[in-house]
Amino acid sequence: MNVVISGLGIVAPTGIGIEEHWQSVLGGKSGLGRITRFDPSGYPVTVGGEVSGFEAKGRLPNRIIPQTDRWTHLALAATEAAFADAGVDPADYPEYETAVVTSSSSGGTEFGQGEMQRLYESGPSWVGAYQSIAWFYAATTGQISIRHGMRGPCGVICGEQAGGLDAIGQTRRLLRGSSKLVVTGGTDGSLCPYGVVAQLANGFLSTVDDPATAYLPFDTEAAGYVPGEGGAILVAERADLARSRGAGDGYGTVAGYAAGFDQSARGRPPVLASTIRRALADARLAPSDVDVVFADAAADPELDRIEAAAITEVFGPHGVPVTAPKTLTGRLYGGGAALDVATALLAMGEGVIPHTCGPTELAPGCDIDLVLGEPRVRELRTALVVARGYGGFTAAVVLTR
Amino acid sequence: MEVFTLDDLRQIMRDCAGVDESVDLDGDIADVEFTELGYDSLALLELASQVQRRLSVVIPDEAVQEMPTPALAVHYINTVLLGHNVPTGA
Repeated sequence: MNVVISGLGIVAPTGIGIEEHWQSVLGGKSGLGRITRFDPSGYPVTVGGEVSGFEAKGRLPNRIIPQTDRWTHLALAATEAAFADAGVDPADYPEYETAVVTSSSSGGTEFGQGEMQRLYESGPSWVGAYQSIAWFYAATTGQISIRHGMRGPCGVICGEQAGGLDAIGQTRRLLRGSSKLVVTGGTDGSLCPYGVVAQLANGFLSTVDDPATAYLPFDTEAAGYVPGEGGAILVAERADLARSRGAGDGYGTVAGYAAGFDQSARGRPPVLASTIRRALADARLAPSDVDVVFADAAADPELDRIEAAAITEVFGPHGVPVTAPKTLTGRLYGGGAALDVATALLAMGEGVIPHTCGPTELAPGCDIDLVLGEPRVRELRTALVVARGYGGFTAAVVLTR
Repeated sequence: MEVFTLDDLRQIMRDCAGVDESVDLDGDIADVEFTELGYDSLALLELASQVQRRLSVVIPDEAVQEMPTPALAVHYINTVLLGHNVPTGA
């Protein structure tokens, strides 16, 4: 039983809203810049992908703003936009047949940092009551669920950059069960001192100060990735229900999904290629059916080689166009894979593969057809989105249109 | 005479919990239940927390049970502040 994505809500460094984001992607307009959410002087990382011009006040109810982190603000705004885009109102569905499954990674770090500062500087009675609900990973799912009365099997998936695909996988499970309408996707927002220092510990962040050369996946000069905030919220429904209300197949079908957990650093066999194959098998498609791959693009030389090798193993050298528009936004953790799915769906609708900005010279061992320079016009019926999260999370989703 | 006033409470609610768009906090709210004003138990815990910080008093979490309305919240806070019972309606 098929599941389609019928609505998109995008709040990203490339733009707020589908149109602004897509135009930035087509034009290679980067959302990377020197971090402004705090003064990064003295930090090894100074470049980030920020959602500029997003003010929660005026966009969201006054009561919700003080009890939630920016990461949730971004998601609530994106959710409203996604419903409008899908042309659905969850109030029209039985409340236990609607659900929310988001992807989360950093949680409410900025909110939490403020409370921790008060704790250490002034004492426990200075920690606000809202810390209890603003910080934890499920806050966004919870607030979306409460605000829109979606009381079915809600949840949150924490798989760092891969979680967005796993949330889509879970969404599909729910829609094949008792759910009729599911909100999924995710956002992240961890560009605060506490958040950045936590991210620094993974050793994969780029310390290059120039936004134009800080994030160069698959390139000889790859030196880490840039962190970003924002993401995408997706409205998903059963294909038959979408059709019967006149929405057709929406943006496309979630045809296949698979997850794996990579521990190749500890000597286990790498799992990316097999995860891709299982997603394709789930979609009942062959590698030759895939028109484009949206890559994970970690921009770590070793991780790039591993990803390129997996893509080559499945598709053959230069066997499929590969792209990573995420160089315009940075890696968005909880929001990253969802935004990749949104961009892939838009690309399929337009018949255009967006190019990858930044890289100019592929590193040895990266025998992939990375789309560089300008978008490539091509009819796209099948897209593969790949994502890997720190620690080993690995996921792949096959989208068809 | 009350040391802590309804206006003080209004200010704290505005600052720390926000005001629901459909609510006029400056209106006649003294005897309106907090839940009707859009404030749940967590908002009241936050109110108690703010009062503790600003006025340097201790308000136990269970005290929110004694504050179903703004008037009763102001009364309770004054009881704690002044260290003895304050006649209601004073």
